[in-house]
Amino acid sequence: MTDKELIQAFLDRYLLTISKPGRYTGGEFNQITKNWEQTELHFAFAFPDVYDIGLPNLGMSILYDQVNRRDDALAERVYAPWEDMEVLMRSHSIPLFSLESKQPLKKFDVVGFTLPYETLYTNLLNMLDLSGIPLRSGERSNDDPLILAGGHACFNPEPMHAFIDAFVIGEGEEIIHEIAEVVKAHKQAAAPRLDLLKALDDLPGIYVPSFYAVSYAEDGLIKEIHHIHKPEKTFVQKRIVKKLPKPVTNFLVPNVKAVNERAVIEIMRGCSRGCRFCQAGMITRPVRERPASEILEALEQSIESTGYEEVSLLSLSSSDHSQIAELIPQVMRMSESRNVTFSLPSLRVESFGPELIASMAGKRKGNFTIAPEAGSDVMRTRINKSIDGEDILATATQIFKMGWTNLKLYFMIGFPDETLEDIEGIVDLTRQIRSIGKRLVGGRVKIHISVNTLIPKAHTAFQWLGFSEKESILEKYRLIQSGLKNTGIKLDWPDYDNSMLEVWLSRGDRRLSDVIEAAWRGGARFDAWHEYYDVDIWQNAFGSNNIDPTFYSTRSRCTDEILPWDHIHTGVSKKYLLSELEKSRALETTADCRQICHGCGIQANYTISCENIRTESL
Amino acid sequence: MRIRITYRKTGALLYTSTLDVQTIWERSVRRAGLILQYSQGFHPQPRIQIANPLPLGFVGAQELIDIWLDDERKPEEIKDLLNKSVPEGIYITEVNTIEENGPSLPKQIDASTYSVELLNSDDSIEKIQASTEIMLLKDSLPRVRNRKSYDLRPLIQEMSVQTNPDGKIVIFLKMPSNSSQTGRPEEVMAELGIPLENFRITRTSLVFLEKYA
Repeated sequence: MTDKELIQAFLDRYLLTISKPGRYTGGEFNQITKNWEQTELHFAFAFPDVYDIGLPNLGMSILYDQVNRRDDALAERVYAPWEDMEVLMRSHSIPLFSLESKQPLKKFDVVGFTLPYETLYTNLLNMLDLSGIPLRSGERSNDDPLILAGGHACFNPEPMHAFIDAFVIGEGEEIIHEIAEVVKAHKQAAAPRLDLLKALDDLPGIYVPSFYAVSYAEDGLIKEIHHIHKPEKTFVQKRIVKKLPKPVTNFLVPNVKAVNERAVIEIMRGCSRGCRFCQAGMITRPVRERPASEILEALEQSIESTGYEEVSLLSLSSSDHSQIAELIPQVMRMSESRNVTFSLPSLRVESFGPELIASMAGKRKGNFTIAPEAGSDVMRTRINKSIDGEDILATATQIFKMGWTNLKLYFMIGFPDETLEDIEGIVDLTRQIRSIGKRLVGGRVKIHISVNTLIPKAHTAFQWLGFSEKESILEKYRLIQSGLKNTGIKLDWPDYDNSMLEVWLSRGDRRLSDVIEAAWRGGARFDAWHEYYDVDIWQNAFGSNNIDPTFYSTRSRCTDEILPWDHIHTGVSKKYLLSELEKSRALETTADCRQICHGCGIQANYTISCENIRTESL
Repeated sequence: MRIRITYRKTGALLYTSTLDVQTIWERSVRRAGLILQYSQGFHPQPRIQIANPLPLGFVGAQELIDIWLDDERKPEEIKDLLNKSVPEGIYITEVNTIEENGPSLPKQIDASTYSVELLNSDDSIEKIQASTEIMLLKDSLPRVRNRKSYDLRPLIQEMSVQTNPDGKIVIFLKMPSNSSQTGRPEEVMAELGIPLENFRITRTSLVFLEKYA
């Protein structure tokens, strides 16, 4: 029997004995299955979490579409098997396989992992292990696939440097084709693996970690990072596409439940707001909009191609799209006539005027979400969330007047220079909003607030700050809790220890590769799932490697320290981030780049102009 | 217009539950460019009636579903449109228009017939035959399912054993699947002591109540 037949026979026989077997069958509508033997290049795209979470991932859908458009290549998918399936596969010696052709991962030329967040790292190791592919890049031979990773978490690739052959930094639509060409040429030449890595290293936007050496000073800080073959190459700059290509509309439609089942059209990439805590806002610059006509056409196409009953628009800040006011009514008319629902997440209070609220009033009144982020005007100035308390109250008033009764508010704590007054501000603002709600909709008003702790992320103005100490965070939570007592306001916050993994991994350096491997060997899996995440496994992994985790978490960093991700460039200069940190301390705001250019570096580094978003918004 | 669709459910769709199958039909109809009717009210529901839930993992050889469409096309044309719009694993064999206001489809169903193919070549037909005969001779077969005791014996309306052309042993069953009783073939297999991974069940047909047959 061939591998494929063996895997299919195993599935036919045993799938019924495990939970949610539909996760492992593939066969979704819009799945693309090409002839394996007659296609030259084999790409597998892997999402290191369970099928239900991974299927809707837009980044992976884009790459699947791009590669499958090529005549010389096929793209297939694989997700992390759930615990029971892993046990079953291991006990029958079944390797990890793709959903389309049921081919073992090891038989592919390229395995590309999508890493939107850090808590997937142990699953990635587990998937390599289940595939029989050596965990460490240095242990792989020509028979092994090229292991790639991309996604937002890869903007600090260092903690995973030992396991990934090459990282794709930034947007994948164009570079994936360059990678395909390089892999094809290498396959035809049957050259050593090192040559493949060298050819990839020449592509702008590719980071081959094994070509960089990192040395450390006695105090544990990074002394130097350099390219071992090309000393003149001091950094990798992220890739962008200057113009957004036509959006994917033929989404895979799952046969079993997934977390999001809807057609999603990305209306804008990048964000002009400049919130100082927001990593996504910095790493996705510059702002590029899709024209309203293209968005509408794509939505209609996607309904026809998927049959989904819900459509949604995606961006970091939908209400900032310069054509949003004309787009929303059009989308609402279209969705009504086609009997599908329309959802619009990521709206901002700042640009969410009464007209927009009114235009959405025909919809079913579900939850309405606003994100003041901080409780006081002072703190909102520090984080550059340019909206004051009065505006927030006015927006809440509008929302209640239009008939919504459930309001969800997002806040963060643990900001720099935070005082107890800022925390009391959260309580006051929430209580005021509740009073407005009570007056306008009476007893039906429901307020739910979610308070997260700031994780100072790489490539943001706050990257030098330490993560808050546990005591200080708990004190602040207690203050909020007692301030909201007997108000009926629902409050939730994350467990401090649950945040730690993201803190370590997003701010870590190369030494964390050993910790990640030790944690995986210690049983860590599905760390993004609270019921599976075990902080003790990670503490032990740090311990056995003699690494102090607080070096990465609560320690604040000097502005002249070499940061682990300094050789990864987003196009936004470090100088600009530093000036933003200083302005935060000096209580100065930075206006939206739609109003004025602050010279963040994007225009210069990509020889492009952001002028269009300034003229369009006038 | 109310149409009755006869279809096969197999392959990748073996592991899709009845609830998810309902969603698949809604989406398939939308992809086919047909207009599904919705119920009136605050939460309009699509007008779809699945004859009888098919348990996870069962092949459905002749499953039935009624849907109401705002469309006047011929059944053959609708069948072709739908066959292009359903996922791999569903194949529509028949589409018929039926009386718009006739009785609801689930209420017309009385029983199901099944064929259970044994996958393990070690099982001997003589042994299986003997076991089934003993079962049929008994007055009651007390079993516990979901912590409830019940008698399996009266739910076995018909049972026979044969060898199919591939040389595999096949057990044929008829069991009720109506509003008051549902017989489960996997319970019969458990009673025979055959583990889950050693058989594959196909529902071969849905049997209508006599007055609707």
